[in-house]
Amino acid sequence: MSFLEEFQRWSFPGVQQRIASSNGARVEQALSRSAGQLDADDLIALLSPAADAALEQMARQAQATTRLRFGKTVLLYAPLYLSNICYSQCTYCGFSYGKDIRRLQLSPEQAEVEAGLLHAAGIRHILLLTGEAYRESSINYIGDCVERIARSFASVSVEVYPLKTEDYLSLRWRGLDGLAIYQETYDPRRYAAVHLKGIKARMEYRLECPDRAGEAGMRRIALGALLGLSDAASDVFFTALHARYLMQRFWQTQISISLPRLRPATGVDDVASIGDRDFARFLFALRLFLPDAGLTLSTREPAPLRDELCGIVATQISAGSQTSPGGYSDSGAARQFEIEDRRTVRQVADALAARNLDPVFTDWSPALK
Amino acid sequence: MAQSDPQPLVIAGRSFHSRLFVGTGKFASTAEMRAAIDGSATEMVTVALRRIDLSRPLEQQDLISAIDRSRIQLLPNTSGARNALEAVQLARLARELGGGNWIKLEVTPEPRYLLPDPVETLAATQELVKDGFVVLPYMHADPILALRLQDAGAATVMPLGSPIGSNQGIRTAESIRIIIEQARVPVVVDAGLGAPSHAAQAMEMGASAVLVNTALAIARDPATIAEAFAWAVLAGRSARLYGDLHSSERMPAAASASSPLTGFLGRPSQDNSGN
Ligand code: SF4
Repeated sequence: MSFLEEFQRWSFPGVQQRIASSNGARVEQALSRSAGQLDADDLIALLSPAADAALEQMARQAQATTRLRFGKTVLLYAPLYLSNICYSQCTYCGFSYGKDIRRLQLSPEQAEVEAGLLHAAGIRHILLLTGEAYRESSINYIGDCVERIARSFASVSVEVYPLKTEDYLSLRWRGLDGLAIYQETYDPRRYAAVHLKGIKARMEYRLECPDRAGEAGMRRIALGALLGLSDAASDVFFTALHARYLMQRFWQTQISISLPRLRPATGVDDVASIGDRDFARFLFALRLFLPDAGLTLSTREPAPLRDELCGIVATQISAGSQTSPGGYSDSGAARQFEIEDRRTVRQVADALAARNLDPVFTDWSPALK
Repeated sequence: MAQSDPQPLVIAGRSFHSRLFVGTGKFASTAEMRAAIDGSATEMVTVALRRIDLSRPLEQQDLISAIDRSRIQLLPNTSGARNALEAVQLARLARELGGGNWIKLEVTPEPRYLLPDPVETLAATQELVKDGFVVLPYMHADPILALRLQDAGAATVMPLGSPIGSNQGIRTAESIRIIIEQARVPVVVDAGLGAPSHAAQAMEMGASAVLVNTALAIARDPATIAEAFAWAVLAGRSARLYGDLHSSERMPAAASASSPLTGFLGRPSQDNSGN
């Protein structure tokens, strides 16, 4: 039993069609339910363009729900790129195999130095990233980095190629408590079109990856869709279903969702740009459907938008991010994507405080692993 | 009789068009019990194994032969069992005698309130699931226990509304609400439903089904009250499908809020051609 079975009961074009044909009455019905009591049809209504007219009401309900469940707090974390070596070919990614970029992999010692810079800035929740390179970024290598960094960070997550359950378990023993794995798109047709080569091209293996992490007892799992690859609302729908499934099956694990928006400039030209109103609606709908899911905003989003959305729905944001290996100490290696919010950790924290929100750096203890 | 639900309830691959389950204890006669079953239009009937002779095939016994098993799922229950061992033994015996592999698990060590023992219920569920049973455990309205029972492979969870035979209705509403929100198996509210309005309330809250026994057994006219329960279940279910009626987190649709939250997002675009 994995999410694949539930996934196969739906069709992507079918969902897309239902989202497109929803209406105001259906939106109203969905909004009459308490947060957490919505079903898949309600979610479809709230993701649909018909819900735009009710955006303000959605925002109010989403804000009230967020405050009830999370209080006035926002968790800050930072990514640390260990390597940009990658043998997969994803058309939208700056690290894609065959791209003529400066490749670099930090040694575990260098990674610890980089992490130290984040630590000095106040960061205590960290996300370690690599490309898909099993030889260079082996499980053992990832484990070495995790182990060093876990000594001084409250929470260490990884975003790496999909692993087997036993590999997640072995990393858990070395200090890992979280996994981020984005499906990118749940549209099988588009998935195949943009993932040309490498293990990432195996859509189903990736879909089942959070199940394997859950089986390994991972404390937190982050899901996401790269909005713009296919019909965005439908991808949000499937991400939400996936999250709900995981919350039910692995009820001891915290689930969070991120919806990075793809920019047309990054190498795929057939990408629809997602407007801010649509983006906000997706987040509000997710909050009402899944009151307890963490909602994450990346530094791809501009600072003013991030601040506003933290005031309504977002519960965790990355801060002071660099998206290249060695980026914090200025290695000059290539970045995965360009960031929009270039503020320092301090500046982000101050902006949250100015909105009467508490920037939280630690909500976990390694003793709980 | 009342029309059936548009979406049947599915438990362990079997579809139920009625979401009212009926218990067979405490009736004045088998005839009254049968009248209640007919009036309710139920498709799931539970029978206490301690009330039948476990030394001969079940089909030859009055209580069982009164139930039309072509239409109704027989759900033997282990009431009276004080621990997991006793419950498992009863269940196996029932299966050997032709009672099928569905079992309503009841482990109630104290005889006054008949409250279910969480520790023994979990242990018995694990054992019976391993042994191939479809297990429907009776439990207190404890959300974590509900999750544990689901992990153990329970086919449903059956939290109590109030103690068995108390007819007090749903006194555990907030916990049942959480159980329903988190459940990945059907939630059947069992015990304490004394009036049709209690059953309607359970369905409005999102329960998948309810189980009623005492309220029918002690009624002056069990058949009529059973029918009233059937209507109440449908009414509550329709209300649930319609939308949430009493909601604590629901916001007033205040269109005239002083400072809109979404002002920073600009006006809706007239031209939605991008979508
Ligand atoms: S998205 Fe990941 S797997 Fe794909 S090219 Fe980029 S780094 Fe490699």
